Amino acid sequence: MKLPTLREIGTEAKLLLIGIPVLIWTMVPIYHMFLFAISPKEDAFSGKLWPAHPTLNNFKIVFYQEHYFLRDFWIQFFNSVVIALSAGALTLIIATAAAFSISRLRVPGGRWVMNLALFTYFIPAAFLAVPMYRTMGNYGLLNNHWSLILAMVTIASPYAIWVLKQASDKLPVELDEAATMDGATTLQLFRLVYVPLMMPSLVAIGTYAILLAWNEYLYAFLLLSKDTEITLPVALGNFLAADDSPWELLMTTGFIYALPPAAIYYAFKRYMVGGLTAGAVKS
Amino acid sequence: MAITLSGDQAIPGPPLSARLTTPQVWGIVLLAPYLLVFLAFVVYPVGYGLWLARHPASYVALWHDPIFARAAVNTLIFLLVGINLKMAIALFLSGFFAQQRTWIKWLSVLFILPWAVPSIPTILSVRFMLNPEWGVINQLIFKFTGEDGPNWLNDPTVALAMAIGVHIWKSLPFWTLILMTGRLAISHDLYEAAEVDGASWTQKFRYITWPSMQTLYVTCTLLSMIWTLGDFNSVYLLTGGGPADLTHVLATLGIRYLRLDQLSLAMASIVCALPFVLPLVYFMMKRLSR
Repeated sequence: MKLPTLREIGTEAKLLLIGIPVLIWTMVPIYHMFLFAISPKEDAFSGKLWPAHPTLNNFKIVFYQEHYFLRDFWIQFFNSVVIALSAGALTLIIATAAAFSISRLRVPGGRWVMNLALFTYFIPAAFLAVPMYRTMGNYGLLNNHWSLILAMVTIASPYAIWVLKQASDKLPVELDEAATMDGATTLQLFRLVYVPLMMPSLVAIGTYAILLAWNEYLYAFLLLSKDTEITLPVALGNFLAADDSPWELLMTTGFIYALPPAAIYYAFKRYMVGGLTAGAVKS
Repeated sequence: MAITLSGDQAIPGPPLSARLTTPQVWGIVLLAPYLLVFLAFVVYPVGYGLWLARHPASYVALWHDPIFARAAVNTLIFLLVGINLKMAIALFLSGFFAQQRTWIKWLSVLFILPWAVPSIPTILSVRFMLNPEWGVINQLIFKFTGEDGPNWLNDPTVALAMAIGVHIWKSLPFWTLILMTGRLAISHDLYEAAEVDGASWTQKFRYITWPSMQTLYVTCTLLSMIWTLGDFNSVYLLTGGGPADLTHVLATLGIRYLRLDQLSLAMASIVCALPFVLPLVYFMMKRLSR
């Protein structure tokens, strides 16, 4: 075995000098949340880096809804799941159909629609929130899950269509021609050739839309207000309204809420990174 | 149904369907759902919003509202400081994470966490850390110095700085990842040749890395600018616009007016930002639609 040279040790030390602050900077807020989640109420405020008596009692309180702030926890969790999955499914259907139409069928005006969609994608979502709130009121959808689902579909679709169009532009035209020669109808082409070949991108886009809807706070808190209708992030925000809000329970709920997206992200990382970077690197 | 439709192709139809082939008809049918969503939830709200903001009186009222002026300045500071700092750090760290080491690979897995987890719990976690009485930071300050720490979020300058910090914490991983992909695309031969010629790392950066990355860097900066303008969570969840409405940015100000039932002011404040946003949006759209 070769001993490392002085220069190699120097480089390694320099890298560590960057790596350690980066690690601390990244982990502090997350670790702080985790620390609160496993601390009993007395320990939580002591400023220690590890609680004297770590406990899972907070999780029990959340799961059994044993606190005033948490009385609708499971309903809110369920609301978040339903809204995220519905928004994901709807975005996937609408965006796949649109991308197929623009990229493979070369529908007249397709390029124009793509540009309009991209335009929407770049308008900051917070700017669209105010008119969207009023519009949902006019449609009579306020306090209805559909309002949030449709708002999320509106926001997720443009990027979804763009990514799917980029991916399907890369599929050879000969495939469509061969299938048509064999007598495939347009719908068969879509179902039997296009969708199977696009699977990786579809997984990425479905995940993207689900995460977007699960994480959304602004639209959720504008469009939904009843305690049994709101999603988890809105419920977390409502904790702040009271001065005596139980921090350790808020952090526990927040931890539970943050776990599914983190797990999904790491599970689909392979698809996500490819899909995301393809967008920004193209210059 | 599809089969009968494709059978129609042979039969000469009326003028319109003669010009449209079957795939084109399907193209329109498949594009229709998105067009409906676009009309109902983009065109109508935007048109309605602009119509609400049509009165010149709203702009006069905005002009006389000190909170609006403050929010405009805050937004400018947020953009200038936040984005430049974030992109500079991301550029630097992209070089760090491009190093081939096992431990750096593991670190990059953790590094992406702020981006992968939702922002609400983590921002609230930071908010608790900064609490003057019970927060862990002031607890530690008291433990080591015996003195009370500052009331972090009660000072508008510090509060805004903290909001910028939270914003950077959240979005830094994403931009580092993007810039790293750009870095990895540079041919390794260039660096080897420079190494042979005895170039220092500043020279390598200046003559190899930067020239091949500057387009990407500028694109990322512009894109980040648009998204940062819409960053509602970092400010709203950390400071709530306070103390005394001194830390609002444009993204939170619109919502503030909305909650005060001043809808025309809310729309007018957004319209005021459009001359700055729309050119950027147009530029990005052109860039991506190529």
